[in-house]
Amino acid sequence: MPDLFYPFDWLASQIVSRLFGISLDSHLGASLHFFLYDVPKVLTLLITISFIVGILQTFLQPERVRYWIGDKRSFIGNILAGMVGIVTPFCSCSAVPLFIGFLSAGVPLGVTFSYLISAPMVNEVAVVLLWGLFGLKVTLIYISFGVGLAIAAGYAIGLLKLEKWVEPFVWELQKGNQGQIPAENDLEMMKMTWKQRFLRGQYQVTEIFKSVWPYVVGGIAIGAIIHGYVPADLIMQWAGAGNPLAVPIAVILGVPLYANIAGVLPITEALVNKGMPLGTVLSFTMAVTALSFPEMVILRKVLRSQLLAIFIALVTIGIIAIGYLFNFLLA
Amino acid sequence: MSTMKVEILGSGCKKCQQLENNAREAVSHLGIDAEIVHISDQMEIVKRGVMSTPALAVNGKLVSRGQVISSEQIQQLIQQ
Repeated sequence: MPDLFYPFDWLASQIVSRLFGISLDSHLGASLHFFLYDVPKVLTLLITISFIVGILQTFLQPERVRYWIGDKRSFIGNILAGMVGIVTPFCSCSAVPLFIGFLSAGVPLGVTFSYLISAPMVNEVAVVLLWGLFGLKVTLIYISFGVGLAIAAGYAIGLLKLEKWVEPFVWELQKGNQGQIPAENDLEMMKMTWKQRFLRGQYQVTEIFKSVWPYVVGGIAIGAIIHGYVPADLIMQWAGAGNPLAVPIAVILGVPLYANIAGVLPITEALVNKGMPLGTVLSFTMAVTALSFPEMVILRKVLRSQLLAIFIALVTIGIIAIGYLFNFLLA
Repeated sequence: MSTMKVEILGSGCKKCQQLENNAREAVSHLGIDAEIVHISDQMEIVKRGVMSTPALAVNGKLVSRGQVISSEQIQQLIQQ
């Protein structure tokens, strides 16, 4: 397969070696090349993918999705929920209305969780960064493991019959709202023309770009310094395959970093080049996106702490298992 | 003409605030008399049938949700 990003590589090499006259093998040259190659590559991908995802999302509003999966039996429902989670828009601040909305439409608890895990974990920013920094194969693996985890964890929650640990007012609200929430005209309202969908895609691009580019550039700059100057054995010692605790540590470090994934992943790229195993990075990425601290605080409003704890435990164990599995397979 | 009511439904995250700013900009650009309310009560949001925030309602009718729309788009929606 031809390398899509070859032109970026070529241009970066030309600038460093011809324009600046610095050898690509020197510390400074390697750092500069890393920076000049990654920044345009990641930003190009970011623009392209957020445009496509922005358009796709106009077809997959959560209000619509709950009708698709509302009457599906468990497991089939989990699979569907995990899959549609890939492209639906999700902002952790809408976790509560979404959770209640799904349950009141008759979506089973476990299926709702599959969606709640998949939607934030497989978001376009994470996908773009993984693709740009680690390649298409790693990205596809991430998506399939992520969706697999969402399906499995949601299915487990369904089997455990944990409805009793959802705050009682949610069920009260469900009774009160039955037959009221559907509102056909709401679905009417969401019909859009293609022009509107394109505008939406365009707006999505500018919004994501504006909020993410400083992190990308900053992260790549730090990554570039690590790439050029930090000796590989130092990384191997901290985060290499020889450290059995690297995966859980990566997960713990990832949880509070939700907003900064765009800045942190480029740093991990440099670390991987220096010998940090890829499974550790995948675990880390999943922890950042699926277990964000603010989302947990928000979910506490509708979930008893027992259920929240089970949810966190299932996802954490799943993520750590994926990390180990991966490191083992690739070793 | 009675005062128009523009409501932003959202928990107060960055996206919701952005939508509120855009709505304010739209209203002042149109030079109309409108009351802008930010509803951050989760229960109220759910009662409106909204699952993806931020959402926007004009005179009690939902016109957009799950996305931050631009001031221009809001102006169009208000004028309809």
